[in-house]
This record gives sequence, structure tokens and C-alpha cells, in this order.
Amino acid sequence: MAEVLVLVDSVDGAVKKATLELLTAARSLGEPSAVVIGAPGTAAPLKGTLAEYGAAKVYVAESDEIGDYLVAPKADVLATVVGQAGEPAAVLVSSTPENKEVAARLAFKLGSGVLTDAVTVNDDGSVVQSIFGGAVTVQSKVSKGTPVITVRANSVTPSPSAGAADEVTVAVELSDAAKAAKVVDRVVEAKGSRPALTDASVIVSGGRGVGNAENFSVIEALADSLGAAVGASRAATDAGWVPHTMQVGQTGVTVAPQLYIAVGISGAIQHRAGMQTSKTIVAINKDPEAPIFELADFGVVGDLFTVAPQLTEELTKRKG
Amino acid sequence: MNIVVLVKQVPDTSAERKLNADDNTLDRESVDAVINEIDEYAIEAGILLKEANDGEVTILTVGPERATESIRKALSMGADKAVHVSDPAVHGSDAIQTAKVIAAALKTIEYDVVIAGSEATDTRMSVVPALVAEAVGLPQLSNARKITVDGGSATIERVSDTGYDVVQASLPAVISVVEKINEPRYPSFKGIMAAKSKPIQTLTVADLGLGADEVGLANATTQVVSFEVAPPRQAGQVVKDEGDGGAKIADFLASKKLI
Ligand SMILES: Cc1cc2nc3c(=O)[nH]c(=O)nc-3n(C[C@H](O)[C@H](O)[C@H](O)COP(=O)(O)OP(=O)(O)OC[C@H]3O[C@@H](n4cnc5c(N)ncnc54)[C@H](O)[C@@H]3O)c2cc1C
Ligand SMILES: Nc1ncnc2c1ncn2[C@@H]1O[C@H](COP(=O)(O)O)[C@@H](O)[C@H]1O
Repeated sequence: MAEVLVLVDSVDGAVKKATLELLTAARSLGEPSAVVIGAPGTAAPLKGTLAEYGAAKVYVAESDEIGDYLVAPKADVLATVVGQAGEPAAVLVSSTPENKEVAARLAFKLGSGVLTDAVTVNDDGSVVQSIFGGAVTVQSKVSKGTPVITVRANSVTPSPSAGAADEVTVAVELSDAAKAAKVVDRVVEAKGSRPALTDASVIVSGGRGVGNAENFSVIEALADSLGAAVGASRAATDAGWVPHTMQVGQTGVTVAPQLYIAVGISGAIQHRAGMQTSKTIVAINKDPEAPIFELADFGVVGDLFTVAPQLTEELTKRKG
Repeated sequence: MNIVVLVKQVPDTSAERKLNADDNTLDRESVDAVINEIDEYAIEAGILLKEANDGEVTILTVGPERATESIRKALSMGADKAVHVSDPAVHGSDAIQTAKVIAAALKTIEYDVVIAGSEATDTRMSVVPALVAEAVGLPQLSNARKITVDGGSATIERVSDTGYDVVQASLPAVISVVEKINEPRYPSFKGIMAAKSKPIQTLTVADLGLGADEVGLANATTQVVSFEVAPPRQAGQVVKDEGDGGAKIADFLASKKLI
């Protein structure tokens, strides 16, 4: 069976959920092989989980330097692994901004093609994509060479399946070209212990209607009662009430959770671009004409400062 | 400092966008076309760099004839000239082919920095700037919310999912920007008048030394096999808060088994 290469995303020694989704999706195409790229010691704590989710091999590409660079060296390493793996059926990566660029540069190097934001990967390597904000569904394929596919988070339900996780060492040599753009500092602005927006199955977002930074506690309390991630509109991030990392939309994060609750958000086209394929959408807004209601499965026209706390209280009560 | 800004014309996002039934490509005819919104931020970033360091801003667009409307707007904001690759052979090109065309066109221009938007609203791929960097062999500085140019190098703040990364490269480099970077200016009346006489050089694929087999739908690396218009979202229920709005949402979530 042909190998299917899956680029592993990890954080603090744990495999990200999006990667488990890829390993699950990969099984319909062939035999999943995981590719870990990072500083020495990155792969060791991940191998158990990768085995549990069906990785037959784990390609380990570790180097002291690689963490100082973005995108270009990862594309180089993946191109090497594609060579080592013979003719893989596909390369799958999760649809993060960096991974999309890695995927594109990899496809360029391989002389193949790249498909982004797949919501389904078919067993022949073609994909389903949802475009124009979910208005049109397309079936696409890569016409030549190894398909390189980025898969949208939350499109597949991860399921375990045992794999051997045999380790294969990949020699990492960074070319000068790959080192052309160097990361000189990484600044963490996001705080707290809530789920990441991209992984979350429930998101509560606040907008300009929230009014100021302190009032965001109303949004956070509601999110916590649901175990949800907290998002925001650009109006809220630009005002500095919350970090830009929370911005959902065209130039923020694109999400598709099971449940999205928009609070005090009007539903501008750029915000909708980041959330309109959410499975269920709930809106709280005092303006009955707010465009967000056109998308909402359930909407309440009212003051968020009464409706949201009441909802938080109800949810806490019902959890018992 | 000479700057090239990559500007794409896209169908207006607020219109109902479609694919052509005959070849599954984007329908660019039936809807209003506008400058890709984020590219206005890229144009502004280019003009600001020019104002601080002298030099020229050249707009580079790959797109059909009507894209000249977008190019004129960019010129009216303050760019100096434009290169427009307009050739029916390009129709249906994918991101990789587009990047190759852009890379070939860049060879005809003198530049220290290339600035692009982070994402086009039609394809939403966010890959062309990275592909251009790959194709021309230049450093890639993408998703910048801040650009600092110092002598021969550029430093950006690249937005990340936890904050931002400070990334540095020597020039020339390819930079893409997000909307946090600046506030694009509106074209002034004077700018609009001046734009009418600014030069736009129109080039074909052959002018760039590319073969007809390197571009276009028939040679694309990816292909849309079929498409269907998704059923419209079921209209939801909207209620007015009568003091029980929160409880009603809880009931709804329970009915959907979401709690
Ligand atoms: C290039 C570009 C990129 C952009 N990218 C993004 C993006 O990624 N994400 C994004 O979100 N936006 C983005 N925007 C901005 C977008 O156009 C809107 O300006 C923004 O989404 C508006 O945020 P908002 O809905 O919070 O604010 P508003 O549009 O001001 O809406 C606030 C809403 O709160 C309601 N409200 C006020 N008080 C209360 C109350 N007490 N109770 C209940 N409701 C109340 C009001 O009725 C109103 O509907 C982008 C814009 C551009 C030009
Ligand atoms: N046909 C094109 N002509 C000029 N610039 C383009 C073209 N396509 C994409 N770009 C640039 O690349 C950016 C990202 O586009 P994309 O990768 O398609 O999402 C855009 O914001 C533009 O700056």
C-alpha cells in the first residue's frame, strides 16, 4: 500500500488534534506515515500517540536550527521525505497559515499541485472543498504528481487505529535559501488555558457590542460554561480589548466549529468569511437588522449584558 | 527603494459568486470586480515605503483586460506605474502557474521589495506570495502586521496563532501583509486625474518568454472536476428577548444536543 505522508503539528510535547484528523483521513488513501519536523527531542513524546492513530512510520527530521526558520526549510524537508518514501499517495498537512505555505512550496518543488482547505479527502486523492463561504461545493484533484493537500481542522472525526510507528531518521541540512528569512523573536500574546480557536468545537465570540476590555469577562464566562474557545471580531481586537490572535474572519482565523455563538457582532462580510461554515450558529445582538441573524440558526434580539449572563447561568445550572 | 505591489482583481465578495458551468473556472464576468481588499493595504505599505525611502511603486497584476480598472485605482492611490499581464492563455491558471507568471514578470522590473496581500478573497489560498518567493528564490516574509526596513534588510512582525514572530531577511524579499499593517488612503481627486496618464505596460505570456503550455486551464496542476451550489442555509429562528432570551438559547442548544 502506498504511503500517505502526514505533517505532524504539535504543541508542548503533544500531537495536535488536527494531526489526528489527518492520520484518520489518510487511512482511506493508503498507509499513514507521520513526519515530525523540529528541534532534537520533538518526536520522542509524540510517537505513542502517532502509533495509536495508525502511523506505520514516523519520519523524524530534527535539527537544532530548524526552529529558527519558517516555511522554507519545512518544504525542503518534506521534499526529501517524499523522495525517501518512493511515490507517496499524497502529502497531507493541516490548514494553518504556515502549513499552507509549506504545502504550496512543496508542490512547486515536486512539480505537482496543491489543494487547500479540503473538507473531505476522497480515497482516490481527490478532495471536496467548500468555497465562496460555503455557497459552492467543489470536487478537485491534482492533475500531476504527488497531491499536496491542506485539510481544514474539524473536518474529520479522529479515530484510533494501531500503527507500528517505525522510526525513520531524516537527515536535515538547511540550504542557504531555506535560511533566508530568520525568526529573531517569538512573542506570545495569547493568555490563559482555554482551547485554541482552531481546535475548538465550540467558540463564543464577542464584538464591538461588548464595549470594553473588562466587559469581555461576560464572553469568557459564557465560553467557560461551554468549555469553549473565545473569539472576537476585528472591532474588538483593533480596540485592543483582546489580542489579535482571537480575531475570527477574513484576516483572522477561519473556523468551522460545531457551535459558534456571536455576541455583539454585526456580521460584516469579513467576519462571516471566517465562521460561516460553522455547523450551528447562535447570535445575540440588540439590532434586529444585524446581518448576523441571516446566518443564525437561533438568534436573540436583546441586550447581551442580560442575555449572555442568563445563558451562562442556565448552562451552569443544567450541567448540575 | 523600488517596490512592486502584487494586486489581484477579484469578484466583489458581497455579490453572489459563481463558477462557469462549461469549464468549472471562476466566473469573472457576471459580477462586479474590485481590488482584492487586502491588496489595498499592500499598496499603502508600498507607498509608505516609497515616501520614506524614495523610489518607485510598480503595480503588477495578472488578470483579464478588465483588471485595468483595479490597476487605475492603485495608480490613483499613488503608485507610479503598472505591469499588467493580460493574455487569454492565462485563463484557468492555478496558484503555481500564476506565481510562475508573476515571477517571469518580475524579471522585467527593477525592485528591492515585492509586497502582496495575505489572501485573495476569491480563492482564499494564501499561497501566492510564498510561491513567488520560491519561484524567484527570494526570502519570504509573510503575514506582516508591521514592516521595518533598515538599509539592506527588512524585519516584520508576522502574526501567529499565539502572538507574533519577528522575522528578518535581507532585501530583496517578498512580503505579504495583513490588514493590521496600516489604513489605506482614499485616492484624492488629484490622484485620480494623475492616474489617467501613468504608464501601464501590457504584456502577454509570450512577451515573458513563457510557453503557452506552462499556463492556463489545460496545463494546470490542479483541476476542478465538478461543482454544485450548496443548498442555502436553512433560515433560523430569531426571537426577541422577553427576559428569557438566555434560557431560550439553552433550550435550543439542548434540542440540538449541543449541551
Ligand atoms: C481587509 C479587511 C479585513 C477584515 N478582516 C476582518 C476579520 O478577519 N474579522 C472581522 O471580524 N472583521 C474583519 N474586518 C472588519 C469588518 O469589516 C467589520 O468592521 C467588523 O467585523 C465589525 O466588528 P463588529 O461586528 O464587532 O462591530 P460592529 O459592526 O460595530 O457591530 C457591533 C454589533 O454589536 C451590537 N451591539 C452593540 N451593543 C450591544 C448590546 N449591548 N447587546 C447586544 N448587541 C449589541 C450592534 O447592534 C452591532 O450589530 C475586516 C475589514 C477589512 C477592510
Ligand atoms: N493574479 C494575480 N495578480 C497579482 N497578484 C496576485 C494574483 N494572485 C494573487 N496575487 C497576490 O497574492 C496575494 C495572495 O493571494 P492568494 O494566494 O491567491 O490568496 C494577493 O493578495 C495578491 O497580492
